[in-house]
Amino acid sequence: MKSTITILKRELRAYFATPVAYVFIVIFLLLTGILTFYMGGFFEREQADLAPFFFFHPWLYLILIPAISMRLWAEERKTGTIELLLTLPFSTGQAVLGKFLAAWAFTGIALLATTPIWLTVNLLGDPDNGVIFAAYIGSLLMAGGYLAIGSCISAMTNNQVIAFVVSLVTCMLFILAGLPAVLDFFTGWAPQAVIDTVSSFSFMTHFNSIAKGVIDLRDVIFFGSLIGCFLLANTLILDAKKGE
Amino acid sequence: MIEIQNLQKSFGEFRAVDGVSFSVKPGEVLGFLGPNGAGKSTTMRMITGFLTPTGGAVRIAGVDVNVDPISAKKRIGYLPEGAPLYSDMTPRTLLEFIAEAREIPSAERASRIEKIAAKVNITGVLDQQIETLSKGYKRRVGLAQAIIHDPEILILDEPTDGLDPNQKHEVRQLIQEMSKDKVIILSTHILEEVEAVCTRAIIITQGKVVFDGTPSELKGRSPSGRLDDVFREITTGTAPVTA
Repeated sequence: MKSTITILKRELRAYFATPVAYVFIVIFLLLTGILTFYMGGFFEREQADLAPFFFFHPWLYLILIPAISMRLWAEERKTGTIELLLTLPFSTGQAVLGKFLAAWAFTGIALLATTPIWLTVNLLGDPDNGVIFAAYIGSLLMAGGYLAIGSCISAMTNNQVIAFVVSLVTCMLFILAGLPAVLDFFTGWAPQAVIDTVSSFSFMTHFNSIAKGVIDLRDVIFFGSLIGCFLLANTLILDAKKGE
Repeated sequence: MIEIQNLQKSFGEFRAVDGVSFSVKPGEVLGFLGPNGAGKSTTMRMITGFLTPTGGAVRIAGVDVNVDPISAKKRIGYLPEGAPLYSDMTPRTLLEFIAEAREIPSAERASRIEKIAAKVNITGVLDQQIETLSKGYKRRVGLAQAIIHDPEILILDEPTDGLDPNQKHEVRQLIQEMSKDKVIILSTHILEEVEAVCTRAIIITQGKVVFDGTPSELKGRSPSGRLDDVFREITTGTAPVTA
């Protein structure tokens, strides 16, 4: 645990030591603003909620999270610092967890920077703050899911561009799994159980149900176990490929 | 202290290390010699627990590195090949991180960093971004992170590579100062370095140990008395060129 925190602190510090953190947060705020106010019709709807704000999160994360996760391990492998990191007295698993938690905390900070919009909607009307809070939790959980996938893929290569593109496509599959277009591909020949399984892997299904204001344990377990599985795979891949 | 038994490492079909065995005691400075690609770095990476051997074992103070890597890693200070460092940090923040990871009590960290920085001559650049440092400084920051916790075992992969003659001399002196109660294994391409600092030399080529003895024994093998000639003879099998 202590070693995980040591790595977490170093990583988080590294985000803010370079312009990466600031650029990311500014772009994130700009894009959420544009999407919420122009495309989401925040004012035109005349409803005191943040539905148009959260509606775009799965798509926004699709682009932005792989941009964070691509460097996690690919950069360490490229520059050789992985050898420095993994010969310190901690396990590969602790290093994977520490780096993941730092990236997750960082997206949490970016998400926290959007809270003025929460204040705004409270000034304009009388929203259900419980629902908004739940949606924030859901968004953070979903960000964790994207990050775990991205971190795992970043461990497979020492090329950050490849890590970015493959992560983006993989995350897209997890979004699309719930859309009718994808499910239609299975209907007709696959049994219902397969279709249900595919759709149950969709980030959209789980995020939308939390964003409605119900933090269902099943949705939390979904994201939690997804993060756990990808970080475990991340550790195994790293142990197998670190010497290359 | 370090026992290496029939160590092997394959990458696919390629046998990088092919049955290396030796042991090293405290007080010994072991020079690892061999042509590029002979398996020096791969062997060092297995000693430090970074790579898992395909066969054989590395034991540190009786404990197999693969069975209990963390306790082995605690005893080791390691300078990896090329001295990789987090370039967006400063030497001070990097050493703070290493000191914390090495479990040096927080009250001692600042003074320890000052002391080590003075030892390897990086005091002036402690707060400069590592990215902007010269190759010589980077190498010395790498050395500083390897010795900050005063390890019993020091593994240095080409510690003087990229240093100017004066800096080389300083680093060799530093190694000699530390050698009394430590196990030091260093790899090098510079044969005088072996004569200058090592008590023992091992030459490996194509993953096998082809010489294990003192530097003077190595020198004695050559009729010309030149290390270069013996090295070439041992590693390529050609007769030495005698003038």
